[in-house]
Amino acid sequence: MPTDKRTLVIPGQILGDTRSHRAGSGTFIAEGKILSQLVGILNIHGNSIHVVPIKGKYNPIEGDFVIGIVEEAMSSSWLVDINAPSPALLHQNEVPWNVDFGDTERYLNKGDTIMAKVLSVDDIKKLQITLNDRNLYKIKGGFITEVEPTRVPRIIGKKGSMMAVVKKYIRCRIFVGQNGRIWIDGDTDDIEKVRSVIQIIEDESLSFGLTDRIETLLKKDAKDVHV
Amino acid sequence: MKTEDVKLIDAKGIRLDGRKIDELRPIKIESGVLHRADGSCYLEWGGNKVFAAVYGPREAIPRHTQNPLRAIVNAKYNMAAFSVEDRKRPGPDRRSREISKVISEALEKVILTEQFPRSMIDVAIEVLDAEAGTRCAGLTAAGVALADAGIPMIDIPVGCAAGKIGGKVVLDLGKEEDNFGDADVPLGISPRTGEIILLQMDGHLTFDEFNTALDYAIEGCNKVSKLQKEALLRKYDTIKEGK
Repeated sequence: MPTDKRTLVIPGQILGDTRSHRAGSGTFIAEGKILSQLVGILNIHGNSIHVVPIKGKYNPIEGDFVIGIVEEAMSSSWLVDINAPSPALLHQNEVPWNVDFGDTERYLNKGDTIMAKVLSVDDIKKLQITLNDRNLYKIKGGFITEVEPTRVPRIIGKKGSMMAVVKKYIRCRIFVGQNGRIWIDGDTDDIEKVRSVIQIIEDESLSFGLTDRIETLLKKDAKDVHV
Repeated sequence: MKTEDVKLIDAKGIRLDGRKIDELRPIKIESGVLHRADGSCYLEWGGNKVFAAVYGPREAIPRHTQNPLRAIVNAKYNMAAFSVEDRKRPGPDRRSREISKVISEALEKVILTEQFPRSMIDVAIEVLDAEAGTRCAGLTAAGVALADAGIPMIDIPVGCAAGKIGGKVVLDLGKEEDNFGDADVPLGISPRTGEIILLQMDGHLTFDEFNTALDYAIEGCNKVSKLQKEALLRKYDTIKEGK
């Protein structure tokens, strides 16, 4: 629904009526009205009203792919920081290795970085993550940069279009975690290029036609194109 | 100086600094000024200069303070040693602990804390320059900083004080008015509903005077609330245009 203007809303602003619309994410209902609970962009989709946040902490959802940093190795599990309000638990049954009790430090230690999937989020926001999925492993080498978690959908692009553009013009491996951490691997120059592109996307994430602009920018100094 | 010597308000209802009885001091609000914090605000309210910074929601420590159903809000009000005329002894004292507590409780009323069980939201309020009404200024700044941090709230809280000087009820006391006046009523509201989230009183007022003071303060809050909203929108307008 591209309109040429994005509407900014602030907490407590009235967005619509419950009789005509449904309250979506980022909103709440009071006295029959739908109101915003965030500073964000108004997004009316069909008859439901959403507010897309501009800033905010990462809110883990089951099935998200994230990049985590191991905080602590316990006797049968690890505590992993995934940029959420509380650390996530990685149990020894959720890793591809056969870990003996008390032997967790042989596999993952404090400071190690992993790609993981959010396995479950319960009612009190206790988190469990897993490494038992394809392409999930301990990260070796490369570079990790952090962005505002609310900008991640923009960095990935519609159906991965933005990342596809970046990978087309720069030879590198990129993994974008939903929690705002991005892993980049390749030549030092290429990593630096990707970082600057990500910075541009983050700064201008509220503007229109960004994917096209990034493509023209990358096309200018592209050496080889990988389709 | 004897209090009788000071004439805080003249016969025409003009105060020491030239304001009318229902006039606010000049206010300047800026959001998103600190880069290390999740959300921040700088506020100038007359001679007050206040920074507010928000961190979190993050895991509540120490663990025993965690609430399995909601987040806890930890506001910390602190005055800089150089914020007042005589050097203020640094560190928390009885007064700043009280203000921290009332502001925390006011903020808890507007934040949707049930979305972040077991976590805590830290709000640091630093008063760099003080000139009466710092708790209201602190609450106002904290409201903008919370919105800037992307923390879900039902409203942006706002504070404003009213008081009594020279036998008259007035809005937003200045420094001399606070020191030599008869009463001070700091008020915090949730401006959309008008719900009172902070109310204190120092001094003596009759019931009627109190009601007038409350009306003045609510009106003041609504004015400040407009400035808060403008400050928030102004910041993101520049982002929207891009570079």
